[in-house]
Amino acid sequence: MLKLSRYVLYDILRSKVVLAYTLFLFIVSFSLFQLEENDSKAILSLLTIVLIVVPLISMIFTTIHYYNSYEFIELMLSQPLSRTRILLSEYAGVALSLLSAFLIGVGIPVLFFAFDETGLALLFTGIALTLVFTSIAFLASVKARDKARGIGAALLLWFYFALIYDGLVLLILFAFSDYPMEKFTLLLSALNPIDLGRIFIMLKMDISALMGYTGALYKDFFGSGTGVFFTLGIMLLWITLPLLWAIRVFKRKDL
Amino acid sequence: MIRIENLKKKFKKLQALDDINSLFNQGQVISLIGPNGSGKTTLIKCILGMVRADSGSIHVNGKQINGDPSYRSQIGYMPQIGRYPDNMKVGQLFRMLKDIRKIPETGLDTDLLVKFNLVSIFDKPMRTLSGGTRQKVSAALAFYFNPAILILDEPTAGLDPLSSEILKEKIMQEKKKNKLILITSHILSDLDELTTDVMYLQEGKMIFYKELSALKKETNEEKLGKAIANIMKGGKKEALWIDEVLALKETVKNN
Repeated sequence: MLKLSRYVLYDILRSKVVLAYTLFLFIVSFSLFQLEENDSKAILSLLTIVLIVVPLISMIFTTIHYYNSYEFIELMLSQPLSRTRILLSEYAGVALSLLSAFLIGVGIPVLFFAFDETGLALLFTGIALTLVFTSIAFLASVKARDKARGIGAALLLWFYFALIYDGLVLLILFAFSDYPMEKFTLLLSALNPIDLGRIFIMLKMDISALMGYTGALYKDFFGSGTGVFFTLGIMLLWITLPLLWAIRVFKRKDL
Repeated sequence: MIRIENLKKKFKKLQALDDINSLFNQGQVISLIGPNGSGKTTLIKCILGMVRADSGSIHVNGKQINGDPSYRSQIGYMPQIGRYPDNMKVGQLFRMLKDIRKIPETGLDTDLLVKFNLVSIFDKPMRTLSGGTRQKVSAALAFYFNPAILILDEPTAGLDPLSSEILKEKIMQEKKKNKLILITSHILSDLDELTTDVMYLQEGKMIFYKELSALKKETNEEKLGKAIANIMKGGKKEALWIDEVLALKETVKNN
């Protein structure tokens, strides 16, 4: 499987998009740490990048890559290789290149300037979100019939997770504001990897003190060992379930 | 070597394959012929596992093809339109497939590679190649691993007369090695010298599957094209396309 991924990686590196992405992340993180006096403020700004840009780039890049390597996939299908192996190699290649871009672009500055619990939480969230959205993008592109639909679906999903979902949560909280919603919001956060990542990092920062009673409850939960395992588990589910679904669809697809 | 039983495939409303039954054996060269959209390529893709049949089964060497891709190591496939990764160089393509199939250097058949002089373009990226050169690459790849079964989808379309002759000669050679060869083509005169059996498909149905000699005897014709025209005249209006081709050829000749 690694053999195939090597060729996928090689193809990706030649297109130089990942290099540009790495450079972008590096420049942004580096300059944020330089501009802000307080490192935790810089982390807060970086958080926005990680939560918005990383999922968006992961989705778009994966979708475009999938359609561009359609020929490669077709060629591999006529060889003695199983479809599961082909798709997993593609996933490994894409995920590996996006991950290394993130680790070099954000990882190095963070380790340099803010090597603490918050910084590590940020890195963890970035890694998890990259893998999650690569998975989701694979599902979207395997399901969609053509490039335009695939990229459209990827963009819509990103909109949903990054923007629309928060609006919906606010709406629900507002409508049921008379009831105790703390446990319920905890559940809601698990349904969106971006929200989960945000809460996970925010609670490692001082500003969580401003979040009142719910914040206290969250801090209680996410601060404990259970919280970490909960986040890890949910993120793993978000990575594996869409990927497994994508493999299932891909196995039955006519190419 | 290949046994097909009650194979059916539907694309939306179009019945692409309608209850196909047949048996292909070693030493046979089978011509799959029929008008455009009669299901020839779909049948080939079903054998290769690229298209999933709705019902029915295909057995290769006694084993039903179902998930396990290892049977494809015995098949060399030349697609109708060879599509390859743009960034990959010709040499890399061959190296990669060698890497995947794990066949020792001595087991390789570089005959066409030499005759088409492909080694001289080994460092050219695939996207710079012309349609005909791509076709040559596809042909060389299909024969490269010395497979027991060769599936050639329109092998001579797009090739110049010289290359087309080289390819035909190569097919003749492989025929002598007692291989199973499946060819689809619209150029019936090309098939005339090569085939031992003819399978005629129309609208997804198998109209007949006969030995070439029997077909010629039945119709008292020397040429494959005329023999098929003759047999199809028995009340089937759909077969008119072949009459038209022959008539067109006549007018061209007369002028």
